[in-house]
Amino acid sequence: MGFPVFDENAHLFGQGYLTTVVLSAGALALSLVIGTVVASARVWGGPIVQSFSRAYVEFFRNTPLLVQLLFIAVLLAPRNLNVTREPIVAALIGLSIYTGAYVTEVVRSGILSVDPRQIEAARSLGLSQVEALRFVVLPQAVRTVIPPLGNLSIALVKNTAIASGIAATELLKVAGIIESRTGLFTPYIAVLVAYWTLTLPLAWVVSRLERRLAFAR
Amino acid sequence: MKRIATMLGLALALAACTSGPGGGSPAGPAGGSPTPLIVEGVSTPQSIKDKGKLTCGVKFDVVGFGFRNPTNSQIEGFDADICREIAKELGVEAELIEAVSANRIPFLNERRADLIISTFTINDERKTQIDFSRPYYIAGQSILAKIDNTEINSIEDLNGKNVCSAEGSTSETNVREKAPEAELVLFKTYTEAGQALNDGRCDAVSTDDVILFGLIDAYPDTELKGEPFTTEEYGIGMKKGSTELKALVDQVLADMEEDGRFAQLWEKNIGEYTTKEPELPPAP
Repeated sequence: MGFPVFDENAHLFGQGYLTTVVLSAGALALSLVIGTVVASARVWGGPIVQSFSRAYVEFFRNTPLLVQLLFIAVLLAPRNLNVTREPIVAALIGLSIYTGAYVTEVVRSGILSVDPRQIEAARSLGLSQVEALRFVVLPQAVRTVIPPLGNLSIALVKNTAIASGIAATELLKVAGIIESRTGLFTPYIAVLVAYWTLTLPLAWVVSRLERRLAFAR
Repeated sequence: MKRIATMLGLALALAACTSGPGGGSPAGPAGGSPTPLIVEGVSTPQSIKDKGKLTCGVKFDVVGFGFRNPTNSQIEGFDADICREIAKELGVEAELIEAVSANRIPFLNERRADLIISTFTINDERKTQIDFSRPYYIAGQSILAKIDNTEINSIEDLNGKNVCSAEGSTSETNVREKAPEAELVLFKTYTEAGQALNDGRCDAVSTDDVILFGLIDAYPDTELKGEPFTTEEYGIGMKKGSTELKALVDQVLADMEEDGRFAQLWEKNIGEYTTKEPELPPAP
């Protein structure tokens, strides 16, 4: 189409889509790291480490994401900690910490799903502690963990919309801008479909994995 | 896989249906307004004297122009004081009622207000529906930044800076046009934009100077930078056909300019926010 207004808005929409994808992928990677580290600390750490990781999980799972994002954006602003002024960076950090709390619980349940007597058995067969974790616990834990992690990543994609509340120019914000420019509500339909193009393949992968892992068990 | 394809098809069909008929004029006002109710007749100086009071619709939330002081509930501001001066001229009491933007023309047509003095921009579309006095203030889009920020002195200086505004506003479009390299951070409201300026997430906020006055009030370490780069004339609205009233209002404005009351009220209400000299814009 040759309408300049359409071209400009389509360009903006594309930018928003890309931002949502980057935000989702980045926060997923970071939250997996956070979740694995904190879950390990929670299971194998000393009592102080355990209570800190527990406090982290309970705090970030039980407060609203929008409030967390606003708090982080203001906390990191030049006037305060002077880390970043970019809403997308604040959103990436906030979403990672928030999702990380959920990942922690998933990974923890994965670790606990393997009977500790299996480690003892592996150890008595001559495997080291690390080998026992690597070859006995991990393969079984992954099976328990993959389906809920898939669901968390779907939730994460949807949660990126909340980043519009701190003025990150992702899909929802872009829809708002185009709506107020044109007076049309169609951008919101486009945005719903756009989110769906991200979550639907994820949902499909999750259900396939669930079936395969159930069979293997 | 087949199921997914069906669902996608359904969604696209839905999107196509709703976007197809391409709803209405993009420039039209948001929200459906009820059928305009127009009460017969117009206010005249005589009818106002008979009634014993002059009813003005003003804003209650615009610092400097029409603002309800939360400590004593008095309506303060340039618009409110102009209403009081006109009432004084007529020898009646001034009654101030709140007129938000969407109410302004209905209040005149329903004759709930004799005058609308409510940061009311004169434009051609409105002129077909109501009458305006001569302009009494020229508003314009300006730039607000921290006082200690010496890098920003004009719209061109916004290139490469983080600029906060509200999404979809004319202000946003103006910045995009005049400072294409500016990084726009768009919030829902100017209150949020002001907070972002305060904690350093943006270098400047740009919108009508009159909105910025409110932010200066909240954040005293900020000031307007450079001259406004757009112009909007504020006028006093009256019901269509108010020839006598318009003549009187224009005369009061001219008299106020003449004897210094205009400058005095300007200084009192908006002098601390703007660097502009008190001046009654020329009558068209």
